[in-house]
Amino acid sequence: MLYIKCPYCGMRSQNEFAYGGDASVKRPELNKDVTDKEWDDFVYNRKSLRGKHIELWHHVSGCRQWFKAQRDTATHEIFKTATMNEEI
Amino acid sequence: MSQEFRIKEKGYINRNKTINFKFNGKNYTGYEGDTLASALLANGVHLVGRSFKYHRPRGFFAAGVDEPNAKLQVELNGHSEPNVNATEIELVEGISATSQNCWPSVEFDIGAINNLLNKFFPAGFYYKTFMWPKSFWYKIYEPFIRKAAGLGVASIEKDRERYEHKFEYCDLLVTGSGPAGLASAYAAAKSGAKVILAEDKHRFGGSLLMDDVSIDNLSGKDWTDKIVSELKEMPNVTVKNRSQVFGYYDHNMLVMFERTGDHREKKSEFTPRQRLWYIRCKEVILSTGSIERPIVFGNNDTPGVMLSSGAKEYMKVYGVLVGRKPIIFTNNDSAYETAIEFKNNGVEPLILDTRKEQNSDLINEAKNKGIKIKFNHAVIKANGYKKVKSAIIGELSDDKTEYKNTNNVECDCICVSGFWTPSVHLASQSGNKLKFDKEIDSFIPDKSKQNEITVGAANGDFTLKNTLNAGFKAGNEVSKKINNKDVAIQVPNVTEKNHKVHDKFWCSPLPKNLKAKRFVDFQNDVSVTDIEIALREGYRSIEHVKRYTTLGMATDQGRTSNLNGLQLVSNIENKIVPEVGHTTFRPPFTPVTIGTIVGREVGKHFMPTRLTPIHEWHVKNNAVFVDAGAWKRPRYYKIGNETMLDAANREAKNVRDKVGICDVTTLGKIDVKGPDAAEFLNRVYTNAWMKLPVGKARYGVMLREDGMVMDDGTTTRIAENHYHMTTTTAQAANVLSHLEYYLQIIWPELNVNVVSTTEQWAGAALAGPKSRDVLAKLFPNSNVSNETLPFMGYMEANLFGIPARIFRISFSGELAYEINVRSDYGMFMWEKIMEIGKEYGIQPYGTEALSTLRIEMGHVAGPELDGRTIPYDVSLEGMVSKKKDFIGKRSLTKLAFNQQDRQKIVGLIPLDRKTSIPEGSHLVLDKNAKLPNPKLGHVSSSCWSVENNNPFSLAIIKDGKNMIGKKLFAVSPLKNKSIEVEVISSHYVDHEGKRVRS
Repeated sequence: MLYIKCPYCGMRSQNEFAYGGDASVKRPELNKDVTDKEWDDFVYNRKSLRGKHIELWHHVSGCRQWFKAQRDTATHEIFKTATMNEEI
Repeated sequence: MSQEFRIKEKGYINRNKTINFKFNGKNYTGYEGDTLASALLANGVHLVGRSFKYHRPRGFFAAGVDEPNAKLQVELNGHSEPNVNATEIELVEGISATSQNCWPSVEFDIGAINNLLNKFFPAGFYYKTFMWPKSFWYKIYEPFIRKAAGLGVASIEKDRERYEHKFEYCDLLVTGSGPAGLASAYAAAKSGAKVILAEDKHRFGGSLLMDDVSIDNLSGKDWTDKIVSELKEMPNVTVKNRSQVFGYYDHNMLVMFERTGDHREKKSEFTPRQRLWYIRCKEVILSTGSIERPIVFGNNDTPGVMLSSGAKEYMKVYGVLVGRKPIIFTNNDSAYETAIEFKNNGVEPLILDTRKEQNSDLINEAKNKGIKIKFNHAVIKANGYKKVKSAIIGELSDDKTEYKNTNNVECDCICVSGFWTPSVHLASQSGNKLKFDKEIDSFIPDKSKQNEITVGAANGDFTLKNTLNAGFKAGNEVSKKINNKDVAIQVPNVTEKNHKVHDKFWCSPLPKNLKAKRFVDFQNDVSVTDIEIALREGYRSIEHVKRYTTLGMATDQGRTSNLNGLQLVSNIENKIVPEVGHTTFRPPFTPVTIGTIVGREVGKHFMPTRLTPIHEWHVKNNAVFVDAGAWKRPRYYKIGNETMLDAANREAKNVRDKVGICDVTTLGKIDVKGPDAAEFLNRVYTNAWMKLPVGKARYGVMLREDGMVMDDGTTTRIAENHYHMTTTTAQAANVLSHLEYYLQIIWPELNVNVVSTTEQWAGAALAGPKSRDVLAKLFPNSNVSNETLPFMGYMEANLFGIPARIFRISFSGELAYEINVRSDYGMFMWEKIMEIGKEYGIQPYGTEALSTLRIEMGHVAGPELDGRTIPYDVSLEGMVSKKKDFIGKRSLTKLAFNQQDRQKIVGLIPLDRKTSIPEGSHLVLDKNAKLPNPKLGHVSSSCWSVENNNPFSLAIIKDGKNMIGKKLFAVSPLKNKSIEVEVISSHYVDHEGKRVRS
């Protein structure tokens, strides 16, 4: 079980969190024309990286804040976590 | 004939307390402090079981977790457990054990015929034999394999024992209380670090209990007792015996089980049998020691053949002689201690050392004691069936591939030592890639991947001095890291005997005229020949060899067999062991009972139960409940001997004709507040929200970004910047996370807060033509007329002094209201409604009637909104705004979503107007068409229409409404039904929606 530092609550066990996928994905702005490709990239296409990955986690059984984590998908090492408005 | 192999006054058992136990129906006695194994050996019992494949007689091979043979079916405290390791379970009064895998008895086992037929059971036997004909598989092969598989018998009764889970945090976890573990725990504890020391056995000390050493002029045992009692005094230290750390997971999470119950004679019902510890620690010191490796020779599985370290432990710890005429067969010095111990107890051992004439402290001591030593000798084959009677021994040639001469020597046990294998399981599980140490022919830990240090024998250090030094150093380094303290500890003076280099001899060659099986893996009956066959048949990877031959599998996970297996593969392949590599070490290190893993999460604790404040009333009124997630909801209220369908129809009809009440507390409720709340809802829902006035409700549909409907429900504008959103019971948690995702990540500029209020409000749906009459009496001071409280209206009112919210919304399609009050008043509200509604014929209705009502109306719910439907598929086109953008809108323009023949919602009725259509049925044009018969769609929801008095279903079908009027077949292979149906509109009742507005 991973041990994750919630930027608001501190170190907590993985079972308090929900995984939220790739944090680098940007949602196209509202009311903007986007091509099928751009939209598909946002909705479906993910790289499934091996190695360092910036991803979203949600502290569902805690403060209910979404935040970012930099994790190695192969070793599970978590290098850093940050609030949504911080750079990682 | 009681305990005739017990030595006088030796060992750490309590001779003042005799314990009675049973083995295979016979009564025996042992002492407190014995294991089942030591007590049986004290009574001269060696034959404990039959082997897995050939049903060969098997005896005790070791004294601890390394035991591959002595797995017993144990009855204790009224429960029966298979595969219990006799060398680990402590003797308690009344314990009863039986041998496994034998019939009719361990002494005479019919299955032993397999041994004579062993030519027909080579490696990969299953793969080769059960191939053809195909028709034999279900009736003959599969039952045969099932019968042959496994050892013991799992109980089918409920486990009445109690198991617990515990979560613990510490600075340092030390696994194993041998010299390395004690030293490191002590050093770290002295600096104030929070330390847990875990020992799998009942006694602390590990090898210190057996080895002839002294530390600061104390014996190993006395030094252990001193350190352990000091550690126990420290408030920052937890010392645990009977506790096996069996798994090393990510981020320094280790899992351990503690045997808390089975060794106690009397325990309260609250004493757990076992406790599972989840330990999150900053640092780990692995001092797991090492396991002795056997040397392979002919019939080396005969009872009476055992590890030399096991024989020594039985003598030193339990005061038990494993034989009176022992042969000690070794390639190293450590077995000499076993021989000396035999000699000290008046037994004359014969040492066969595969090395040339040697001198060392130990060898000289043995010589001085007059012990017979034959250098350059090996055991070739053991003789005897149920017990060793003699051994064919031979003098080795110079290259050790043949013998100069052989002869037969009488003996009653053979104690074998092929040097030591570090226990690297936990280190490997932590992610540490192991490296091969040529000096000791074993893998040892390499670079740590987590905060872990391996010390002592587990790291390939076999001298006490080095081990203690490494232990103190590791403990000190850890404490420097944890609290910056450098506590200098005086490393004690050690006296121990030096050892000569061991020999790499690991398998006795078999002369051509001798036939015997040489076992590498005892638990799975894997012999040298089996591995040779696997390699001959082309298996190369050690992982494949393992699976083909089953080498190193099952409960002992190859603790005594892995390295010899690797050695054999590398010899045949002409590779060195590190090139062959090793198989993966996976948790658990030793078997863990399912009960321990499950812990207290059984029965009603399996998952949390959510009850509405009105639950007690439902129970009293014969509600039959259904699980809706964690909630218990009334499915129907049974009157007399009604069937579920009778009850649901009665309840639904009562709503259509008069008035009904339904507990809707379980619906998800979310408060949406803030100046940008309207804008937010406008983006979340597919329809328009900017113009919803205060005091009005609106139905909304929300999508996922891929265009699929996520959830639906009504949202009411309570105040200028305050909305009350409802979700379906099932999606409540997901919707909240979804909203938080958009507010926190995508649109943080929106000033909106969301919070769940599901638990705060109790809800009752009042539905039916008479509902307004009931409402008027409930709220005599409020005007609830159609004009002041129209469809989709909202008002706050006073329910006999209690603030209430009234929403005029309807799921049933009838004139209906939902009343919410604070949860604490839920029961009051409900009883008041029942009381006042009595004169109008009010009846409660459950989820079955609720479904009937909504299906008849063509209202979609979970079965239609299954994550594969977009709004256009389920008649929700009208809900999709063309003017504004919202979550998932762009996906709706995708080509596939706009195909004419896309599957869409319709209604179905059976042509005979009688036969109910099973949910999940497939719809086909012709039931007799050639296979594969093209599927047009499926039946999503079914009910008995109380309005029209015939079955009615909703279906999702290709080409949707264009199919109306067509006749199809609904086929359910599951229910073995094929029903002719007609496609009609999904709105079966009140097409125009007049009733809700009446």
